[in-house]
Amino acid sequence: MSPSGAEVLRQIKSRIDEVDPSSVHDQLSNGAVVIDVREPEEWSTGHIPGARHVPKSYFESRIEGTVGDRSQHVILYCQSGVRSAWAARTMIEDLGYEHVESMTGGMTLWKDRGYEVEVPRSLTAEQRERYSRHLLLPEVGSEGQQKLLDAKVLLLGAGGLGSPTGLYLAAAGVGTLGIVDDDAVDLSNLQRQVIHNSQRIGVPKVDSAEETITALNPDVKVEKYPVRLGPANIMDILPGYDVVVDGLDNFPTRYLLNDASVRLQIPVVSAAILGFEGQLSVFKPYDGPCYRCLFPTPPPAELAPSCGANGVLGVLPGTMGLLQATEVIKLILGEGEPAIGRLLLYDALAATLGEVKIRRDPNCPICSRDPESISDEEMGVFPDYEAFCAGAH
Amino acid sequence: MATIRIPPVLRPAVGGEKELTAGGSSVGEVLRALADAHPETQSQLFAADGGLNRYVNVYLNDGDVRVLDGLDTAVGESDTLVILPAMAGGAR
Repeated sequence: MSPSGAEVLRQIKSRIDEVDPSSVHDQLSNGAVVIDVREPEEWSTGHIPGARHVPKSYFESRIEGTVGDRSQHVILYCQSGVRSAWAARTMIEDLGYEHVESMTGGMTLWKDRGYEVEVPRSLTAEQRERYSRHLLLPEVGSEGQQKLLDAKVLLLGAGGLGSPTGLYLAAAGVGTLGIVDDDAVDLSNLQRQVIHNSQRIGVPKVDSAEETITALNPDVKVEKYPVRLGPANIMDILPGYDVVVDGLDNFPTRYLLNDASVRLQIPVVSAAILGFEGQLSVFKPYDGPCYRCLFPTPPPAELAPSCGANGVLGVLPGTMGLLQATEVIKLILGEGEPAIGRLLLYDALAATLGEVKIRRDPNCPICSRDPESISDEEMGVFPDYEAFCAGAH
Repeated sequence: MATIRIPPVLRPAVGGEKELTAGGSSVGEVLRALADAHPETQSQLFAADGGLNRYVNVYLNDGDVRVLDGLDTAVGESDTLVILPAMAGGAR
């Protein structure tokens, strides 16, 4: 006769290590990974602070994404200590984890002891459906999705780069998208600026972009700035944003943005395109080099053509804009290796993606100093500024 | 012969080529050989004092030569030099 469920559980509990809530409470800051194996509805009513969530129904397929190191100390818990015992057995006997414990009495006993409970902000049913493919990724999950919904990203331009970036960040659920653009939609834009369409020719780009974004994802709030970014408005616009996406088409503003973003310590995901080639880097103030570390001075006007004059393959800003969107999401989630201190070089005709290293310049006129010491007067100024601007006009 | 990657803005000065080879045992020698073969690149690469223009970055493979030994950085036969002026451009 097969053993009863209660008998199997008794046997399992005799083979695994169990730990009391008081001991878990003492070990919260000791490097142990605490995992809640309950269902999402239970998790949403409150969990142990700092715990990760891997529901038992998906346990075998997801636990390795949450705990990759087989020697990591892991403490599992559920509501009463039964499901976590089964899960601990799975981790030890089937998956080969070496140091796994199950918390006795589960969340019920934890609460009875009066320990702290963290109640997660929860996604609506519609959001769970909309972002379901994100929620399936351990690197995003509901916690990461909440970070995206809370994030504020500023797009400098709703043009070639800003169009794909804006569309995909909106689809991903980035909660606030600021858009700075003083231009109106032109027929010649539509070869690459896919956030606009043929019915919107003549419409301000910020309005056209807002209409597309809102139709795609009503979770996204659009902040419109129908102005040209400059010294008079940059310190009014940038503060409060978590990440700036730069697709600026001129050098004076590029330096101004750099200096303001260093002063405000806001990371900038920057891309540039020309013809069939693109460049991309993430400038995260004080973590890596800034734009001035890479290019202390701009080239003379004859070596600094804009795309309008030189042509660009329509899909290229799509490629580069989506690389930017990817970096933005990584920065918000705190996942992966952002392109900090690296300049990626994409060659569409050759189908190659190369990179060069950028180092932080210890003598950088801007990022070698305290952010507070960067004054309004010196922001955006570079050697030969007057001559550059004279040549550019 | 080292390989030199030519950026889009310099291609008109080298007959449209994206990649060239030039002889020399240092970065300075290779770039001067390039400038000798294609004189229009001279003023774009080099400042009046013979040093590199500050708005042009040159990488030996993936490292900035300014962090290495500048124009004196040794170059091997199989090395690639990447010339990289700043690009701006979102395409409005």
